[in-house]
Amino acid sequence: MSYVRRTRDQMAARVAVDIPEGAYVNLGIGLPTLVANHLPREREIFLHSENGILGMGPAPLQGFEDWDLINAGKQPVTLLAGGAFFHHADSFGMMRGGHLDICVLGAFQVAVNGDLANWHTGGADAIPAVGGAMDLAVGAKRTFVMMEHLTKGGASKLVERCTYPLTGIGCVSRIYTDLATLEVTPAGLSAVDWVEGLEFDELLRLSGVPIVRP
Amino acid sequence: MINKIVNSMADALADVRDGSVVMLGGFGGAGMPNELIDGLIALGAKDLTLVANNAGNGETGMAALLKAGRVRKIICSFPRQADSHVFDGLYRAGKLELELVPQGNLAERIRAAGAGIGAFFTPTGYGTELGTGKETREIGGRMYVLEHPLHAELALVKAERGDRWGNLTYRKAARNFGPVMATAARCTVAQVYETVELGGLDPETIVTPGIFVKRVVLVERGAAAGAA
Repeated sequence: MSYVRRTRDQMAARVAVDIPEGAYVNLGIGLPTLVANHLPREREIFLHSENGILGMGPAPLQGFEDWDLINAGKQPVTLLAGGAFFHHADSFGMMRGGHLDICVLGAFQVAVNGDLANWHTGGADAIPAVGGAMDLAVGAKRTFVMMEHLTKGGASKLVERCTYPLTGIGCVSRIYTDLATLEVTPAGLSAVDWVEGLEFDELLRLSGVPIVRP
Repeated sequence: MINKIVNSMADALADVRDGSVVMLGGFGGAGMPNELIDGLIALGAKDLTLVANNAGNGETGMAALLKAGRVRKIICSFPRQADSHVFDGLYRAGKLELELVPQGNLAERIRAAGAGIGAFFTPTGYGTELGTGKETREIGGRMYVLEHPLHAELALVKAERGDRWGNLTYRKAARNFGPVMATAARCTVAQVYETVELGGLDPETIVTPGIFVKRVVLVERGAAAGAA
């Protein structure tokens, strides 16, 4: 049978399904930012931005940008009614103190035990930048990862052990890829769902790591 | 009469010395004290260590300070950005030392300095390259890394309004590192867009009380205040 990979927006929509009303959520820069577009309007969710915002709203209309009101990716955003500003130590206290319910991060690799590598390729010419990734990874109650299942070269980003520098140890709860949704359990990865038409054996072959079938 | 409001950048920055550790508020362009940084460039201070979240954007503000060759070392969390070419070039040429710090550790180390905390244990960075070589401890079944406070001789912050006692309010997410950096430096200088009489700031909304501020300088709101 043939199958179609989830698009970036379909991945974002799949993540959004798992974010309940009332959740305090931080969306990492890059792919996770798309999740905001798929949260249903009628569901009240509190978006946190590391630079001191709770109740972050969508991008402003063109011409209404306020450069004192930006997100973690330095793009202009808006503030919802009921939103609040606070300084950086309070903002990271929210992460580090376990007050955020969910963070969604991108990744280079996730290991079967939930180790995360997402901040540095370790390449000789790469300039490292970590930002808030390590605080989010260990601080949020649940850390979701959103990433392509395979690298451009076709290698699985799910690994027995990360070869890239670690962001956090055993911190990932759930992984959303363009092929499947996987839960990290004490017994290893467990499949939650996978795209229509993809045989489970093919998912296993592409992943290169053990995955429990529910 | 106490009046912390000064009339010139030279007065505002009188405490800066070659080799100083200088904190710069801001997250990208938001809250970056560009006018104070321009003042720092004009004064000629060199061999500086900067503490900031990023490492400069475009060619202005912090990037201009780097380009002028005044900086020896940067302690920050996220130097690499789409428009961080000045930093990138100096770093690759080996002309700039980088201490990379997870952003929450950066904020908390600054807060710790301001609050008189000797050091603290945090789970952030445990088991990673950024925790390597640091003391660790298991507390309640979880592993922690010992992190030390970050002090500075000078903190430059961008606030919105200030009075002659040094009380400050901020604007939106331009607040970011300003309030914690103000607590952590021997001398904190704030640039503001408006100065008000005592009592002109609602005491319920003052974010940085004047005890943390040594000088306040008024600047004009630039047309491109926000270019990120």
